[in-house]
Amino acid sequence: MKILPLAVAALGIVAWTGCDGGGSPSVKIGLNTELTGEMPAVGASSKNAAELFTSQINAAGGIDVGGQKLPLKLVIGDNGAKADQAAAIAQRLISQDGVLAMIGPDASACAIPASEIAENLKCPMISPWSTNPKTTLDSTTGKPKAYVFRACFTDTFQAGVLAKFVLNNLEAKTAAVLYDVASEAPNGQATLFKETFEANGGTIVSFETYTTGDRDFSAQLTKIKATNPDVIFLPAYYNDVPLIAQQARRLGITAPFVGSDAWSSPEIIKLGGADIDGSYFCNHYSTQIATPVAQKFVADYQTKYGQPPDDVAALTYDALGLLVEAIKAGGKLDRTAIRDALSKIEKYDGITGTMQFQPPSGDPIKSAVVLQIKDGKFVWVANAQP
Amino acid sequence: MLEYLAQQSINALQLGSIYALIALGYSMVYGVLTMINFAHGDLFMLGAFACMVLALLLPVPLPFVVVLLLVMALIGLLGALIERLAYRPLRHAPRVSAIITALGCGLVISNLTLVQFPYAQRMPTLFTSTTYEFLGLTISSLQLLIIGVSIALMLGLDFLIRRTRYGIAMRAISFDSRTVPLMGISPDLVISLTFLVGAGLGGAAGVLYGLAYPVIAPSMGVLVGWKAFIAAVIGGIGSVRGAVLGGFILGTVEVMTVAFLPSTFRDLISYSLLLVILIFKPYGLLGRAPNQKV
Repeated sequence: MKILPLAVAALGIVAWTGCDGGGSPSVKIGLNTELTGEMPAVGASSKNAAELFTSQINAAGGIDVGGQKLPLKLVIGDNGAKADQAAAIAQRLISQDGVLAMIGPDASACAIPASEIAENLKCPMISPWSTNPKTTLDSTTGKPKAYVFRACFTDTFQAGVLAKFVLNNLEAKTAAVLYDVASEAPNGQATLFKETFEANGGTIVSFETYTTGDRDFSAQLTKIKATNPDVIFLPAYYNDVPLIAQQARRLGITAPFVGSDAWSSPEIIKLGGADIDGSYFCNHYSTQIATPVAQKFVADYQTKYGQPPDDVAALTYDALGLLVEAIKAGGKLDRTAIRDALSKIEKYDGITGTMQFQPPSGDPIKSAVVLQIKDGKFVWVANAQP
Repeated sequence: MLEYLAQQSINALQLGSIYALIALGYSMVYGVLTMINFAHGDLFMLGAFACMVLALLLPVPLPFVVVLLLVMALIGLLGALIERLAYRPLRHAPRVSAIITALGCGLVISNLTLVQFPYAQRMPTLFTSTTYEFLGLTISSLQLLIIGVSIALMLGLDFLIRRTRYGIAMRAISFDSRTVPLMGISPDLVISLTFLVGAGLGGAAGVLYGLAYPVIAPSMGVLVGWKAFIAAVIGGIGSVRGAVLGGFILGTVEVMTVAFLPSTFRDLISYSLLLVILIFKPYGLLGRAPNQKV
């Protein structure tokens, strides 16, 4: 399982360095993403959006760096959705390929180890989709990392949005939680949801776990059924949710499901079918309330790839947008200049809304949406401001 | 409380019967070759994918039994082919070479599947499941089908091994592989047949697993394969009845720890318990100590 992707990655190094010799000056950006492994749909979206962004900016003449127009060059590395591989790819992109900055990884389990590498090597990193607070925080001091940013909201914010939505909009008093204890993002989301839900007057009647790769959830669900919750919170990735939902319905559980942004791939609808219809989840943006900038992106993406962009795609596009904004503002091809410019961005109008960084934090201030899965579509339900 | 226990027992029975079906393949191969076929978990995974492809490709929806038999035949032949091409040339090589070859075959199978199906796939509905409720229990016809087919296959295998000439030959090779050729039995043929049957059962488990948990991915053979291997060891690897027993024990222990203890401790508690079994029965519950050859 592990050997082939690594071999492919090794070949990739040879290929990149092979065609890299000499060449005209360019702005080299690394993309560290989950092309293979547990969540290939995430990696594919990230890669598609990054390639779309690159072709658009290069067609417009490139990036203005201190008066000189330079083309953007993308170096893509596959982290296999594995923590160790994500760190290795970060190391390779930064020290070997010499990228100016790194976009990704997307999954928190990969983004956290990769962020340690970026921080140590003083290379700016923007994770499009990692919502876990640990990504931008130093594990020993608890202070923000200097070089690590993200384009999305954090799980702390998301947990608040979901807890309030469940209590106020769904008028539910009790909730059960089932999550993957071995995966960083779901683990954090489950714990934060429990804290916020209870602090706001709700009761968690059941708090159950499973492990990555599990497909039988009947024991946990039978236990949950006995506690009769009003809603079931499933902070799980798009490949687990359909199985959990189906087994729950088969056991006769009728409570609605509520999910986190880990749900947002359209794959969830394909795999989940009728069992997940009517469920709610928190997301980064909705194509239904898109601004003109976002509408153009959605149309371009749809034309190029024949499918609407999910939030990973939109956030990758925004991460690159933020980065290019910082490169322009910094005015030179220098990692520290980019970092400084990035932390000073006051307002950036992205696909997923307006973003703003408050130094020293790498977490943007931005809003969230709540969507419902209805008749095989993501339908906008509510907005949540920070 | 009693209802809850009964409901969890049904869950355990379903999970256990799938573990048992896969564990059989490990145990049978070990019985005749004292080799662990680590490609077995991937053959199981391929069974699920073969079932999906068959259901999608064929214009007329075939009855479930026909699909099951086709997949069993297909995966069984593939298992026998792997033995012929990859393991037989290494029969007299050091045992570690055979194990590495098996791991390699598994990697080839799972990665070729990954090339073809990079995303997780939804299993088409081959069997419309209805849910029955009685005495406060919820049981679906699919669960009954899975448990029923598994038990039928296991009984069939038991008959094959205990009552047929092939079964006698297989047990004879497992008992003493050097004397058997002197009796006019071709060990190669028996070994091929063992792989055919063992892999076929793995394929059947893949079909049932795909129906029960209808999101299938090329990586799913690894974890389930390991668990089934553990089940085979607990039951006594090499023993067919032991594999079945081990599968049901593992399924029950996993489900019952979640049912009555915090689910976070599931793997810790269930595998510690299995280690305790091995301390008292080092050859597994129904295994026997290898006969020392002089």
